Amino acid sequence: MAQTSHCKTIVDDDPRYEELRSFIHSHENKDGIAMTALQEAQNLFGYLPLEVHKFISKETGVSVAELYGVTTFYSQFNTEPQGQHQIQICMGTACYVKGAQKVLDKVTETLGIEVGMTTPDQLFTLNAARCLGCCGLSPVMMIDDDVYANLDNVSEIPAILDRYRKDAK
Amino acid sequence: MSEETKKITITINGRELEAYPGETVLQVAHRSGINIPHLCYLKDINEIAACRLCVAEVEVNGRRMRGLPATCVLKAEDGMVVRTNTKTVRKAVRFNLELILANHDMNCPTCVRNGTCELQKLARERGVESVRFEGAKRPVTIDDLSPSIVRDSSKCILCGRCVSTCQKVQGLGVLAFTNRGFDTEVGPAFDFSMRDVNCIYCGQCIEACPVAALRERRYIDDVWDAIDDRDKVVVVQTAPAVRASLGEEFGYPIGTPVTGKMTAALRHIGFDYVFDTNFAADLTISEEATELLHRITTGGVLPMITSCSPGWIRYCEMYHPDFLPNLSTCKSPQNMMGAIIKSYFADVMAIDPESIVVVSVMPCTSKKSEAVREEMEVDGLRDVDYSLTTRELGDMIKQAGIDFDMLEDEQPDSVLGDYTGAAVIFGATGGVMEAALRTAADVLTGEDLPSFEYEAVRGMEGIKQASVTVPLGGVPTELKVVVCSSVKHAGEVLDAVRKGDLSCHFIEVMACPGGCIHGGGQSYVSSSERMSVDPRLARADALYSEDERQVLRKSHQNPELIELIEKFLGEPNSDVAHKYLHTHYHPRPFYEQKAVGAYDD
Repeated sequence: MAQTSHCKTIVDDDPRYEELRSFIHSHENKDGIAMTALQEAQNLFGYLPLEVHKFISKETGVSVAELYGVTTFYSQFNTEPQGQHQIQICMGTACYVKGAQKVLDKVTETLGIEVGMTTPDQLFTLNAARCLGCCGLSPVMMIDDDVYANLDNVSEIPAILDRYRKDAK
Repeated sequence: MSEETKKITITINGRELEAYPGETVLQVAHRSGINIPHLCYLKDINEIAACRLCVAEVEVNGRRMRGLPATCVLKAEDGMVVRTNTKTVRKAVRFNLELILANHDMNCPTCVRNGTCELQKLARERGVESVRFEGAKRPVTIDDLSPSIVRDSSKCILCGRCVSTCQKVQGLGVLAFTNRGFDTEVGPAFDFSMRDVNCIYCGQCIEACPVAALRERRYIDDVWDAIDDRDKVVVVQTAPAVRASLGEEFGYPIGTPVTGKMTAALRHIGFDYVFDTNFAADLTISEEATELLHRITTGGVLPMITSCSPGWIRYCEMYHPDFLPNLSTCKSPQNMMGAIIKSYFADVMAIDPESIVVVSVMPCTSKKSEAVREEMEVDGLRDVDYSLTTRELGDMIKQAGIDFDMLEDEQPDSVLGDYTGAAVIFGATGGVMEAALRTAADVLTGEDLPSFEYEAVRGMEGIKQASVTVPLGGVPTELKVVVCSSVKHAGEVLDAVRKGDLSCHFIEVMACPGGCIHGGGQSYVSSSERMSVDPRLARADALYSEDERQVLRKSHQNPELIELIEKFLGEPNSDVAHKYLHTHYHPRPFYEQKAVGAYDD
């Protein structure tokens, strides 16, 4: 999932709070606003730390704990800063049979992080996906919206990752 | 025929029963004497079909419904046929109990809910003699950082009764289902301790919990240590609402008043002096009514709001700090009593105040946190050293080997032992207001008015309004008052006052629905019992009937209070009174500082 914002530092008078506030108040129907507000906040901030939960709670009247319940229920939400690029490795049945574990092992070895973690340079966040829905291309890895298919030869992986490093420079 | 009067007939276990439209099968069964097991169901609060113990075989129009529907959410339909006692249902209930127990810490003998646990009772009744499933258990969190409430995830069965209660009854939402699937845990956000979030320690979650996942922090052993210490003079005080519930700990019907036995039990336990917080309730009225009249006549901040309920105070500090100047500066009766015991009483009895340990027995879990508030001390002496719940006192009486049933009624000790009927009703919503009005009306008219029962402020409605005409400076003036219970209702009242939609002179707030009689420290009332009895009504009756039995029913007529004012305070709201009996409040932010590594994870 591409992030619209990569600014990780959130300050108290961050202009994104104002944007979030007008988004929330543009919704007349406040029932079920929690989910929508959290989605917009994640788009704006890239992740949902405590401060953002507190802000949404104040604006919507939904308690911090209830918001956090939603955040931690859906895997699309993150409470920690995310890398600039989201790596998803498909661990669905077809990919798994075709060697997804080797793909995952190669990525973790190359980046030095485990599933769910972000590299110290904030460039990559690594996640395992249930099924990316393109079993014919297995084993599959996605980086942001780019699909890397038929990764039978895992030695290609470092070079793929390098492309994103170069883009960042 | 209108929808309301349309009759529905359903058959449960072969019995033809009449149902009201909209009624669930569980409700119909229960009032017809057919018990259906349930754990997650809590009348009017949590009806979510999660525990799957209230399942039944059901036929509608001769067709069997798929699977076993949960009767707590199944609306009765005309001609419906329900069977709750078949082999299939019995097997399913037992199986579902085993599944719940598979992830439950089953150290029942050392559990504080041993004997009152709804899960334990059902497992026993339903013949669960072993649990077949031995799988992984959730990681355990025991959060015991707050002075009031302990959260223990190893006992939690994820029924959601606490979550709904905090959300719907109090409007706070301190607890939520966090994470998902096997990792689901009920707690505050971001692994915060309940100490550091928007929890007011009202303990309504404890009352709702069917197991011991939420329980009060207990101080029984500290109190025994104090009693055993020969150098200590241990003085106990009991709040008005305790007498209306303590009997339940010994099998008495809900709302049986046990004032005299309670006093006797406290002496048998070994407390050196036994007082009733009622004395301080009368003292509170003397101080608070004077403060109110002073504010009205001098253009002070109005409406004035009562300050007896520490849950309410925490709520106001957290959510409505702009109303802190409206709070009466009076300490609560618990703390007034403590301060007077360690000053005036110590002086009269020639006891070194340093050697006095004040123990309070309260219907409340928030009182434990009030007792440890920094400002609740005078000259370095804590007002209250330990605050126990009604349940803890019940346990102490049992530990002391006292046969409660055989106790003869006794009276509290003198010096601070008198109390009036006005003090007794402090335990029910509207009681503080009524007590204040009884005194204010007398003071303003200079008469002993024969009519002093204010029915308008009684009853269990969440928000009540009344007005009384009193002579102010010789001019008949309408005094407008509002009474609310539960902080959800308090929030609504404050919002209305802020907007200008509601104008009044005096507001009474009690944090728990129905007042202290339904506080978080009272005896447990199971979900099944709650289906047939409203403990609030039964316990309020106990207080109002004790009020009626009293000869003196107005706070300012309390003889020992009059003596205290003459000999020690000088007059209400004097400098001495302010030193011992008044306090201040401050805004209380939450979700600020997270406790690190302070509790097991």
